[in-house]
Amino acid sequence: METAIEWLVAALLLLGSLFALIGSFGLFKLPDFYMRLHGPTKATTLGVGSLVLASMIYFSTTGEVGLHELLITLFLFITAPTSACMLAKAAMQVHAARVERTRGEPWEQ
Amino acid sequence: MNAPGKWFPHPWLSLLLLGVWQLLVNDLSAGSLIMGAILGWVIPLLTHAFWPDPPKLHRPWVLVRFVFRVLGDILFANFEVAKLILGASSRLQPAFVVYPLELRNEFGIGVLATTISLTPGTVSADVSEDHRTLLIHGLDVPDEQELIDTIKQRYEKPLIEVFECSTT
Repeated sequence: METAIEWLVAALLLLGSLFALIGSFGLFKLPDFYMRLHGPTKATTLGVGSLVLASMIYFSTTGEVGLHELLITLFLFITAPTSACMLAKAAMQVHAARVERTRGEPWEQ
Repeated sequence: MNAPGKWFPHPWLSLLLLGVWQLLVNDLSAGSLIMGAILGWVIPLLTHAFWPDPPKLHRPWVLVRFVFRVLGDILFANFEVAKLILGASSRLQPAFVVYPLELRNEFGIGVLATTISLTPGTVSADVSEDHRTLLIHGLDVPDEQELIDTIKQRYEKPLIEVFECSTT
């Protein structure tokens, strides 16, 4: 495998891991439930995206053309917002505590 | 004897299933194509009862442009949210924003809610029972009206064009 491609794959892997780490760190650091929702729905999509891209580039150089990694991205994009929405609804149902400076009100329905 | 609409109630879903099946088996052969075609034919027929009102795509190219715009925004959203997470959390201004929907198509609303959840610092939390408003939680919202205007211009307008054939 060419050095340039090796560097590219390594860079993508590092970038992906970094974003996955930041997303998980958000879960730990942000002050209330609703804010913590944002970490896993977004910072991780780019994380997984880079890892998938790295995997595709790596396996395409070994002669084995693999596009089924794209499916991981597709399913993630479909499921992440759905689960975030369900979590938010559940949180509103049990009146999860929120930071005092939050403006606007969650719904009761 | 039968209209094509009866055999293929969801042509786009059929095509999507065929494509997904090809990616799943990861091999383009006559066998997998036939299997994909059968799945693409049978699954929409079996699940037809769950969505009686198949979305009609009026301007597919607008949808393509929309998808690329959203992918670009997701890229930015990640850097943006990473910055917000790593910065001082006491400076964030979280807010629940009530977003008035102009879009009436159910599938379109679903796509819009998904898009909002995937892009900068916003998660769609709920849709009202009459499907006329969305509740959005923003991680850092200095100005509610600005957020509503951005979503309206960037995401809802193109979706209205695609799903409802309006001229606005």
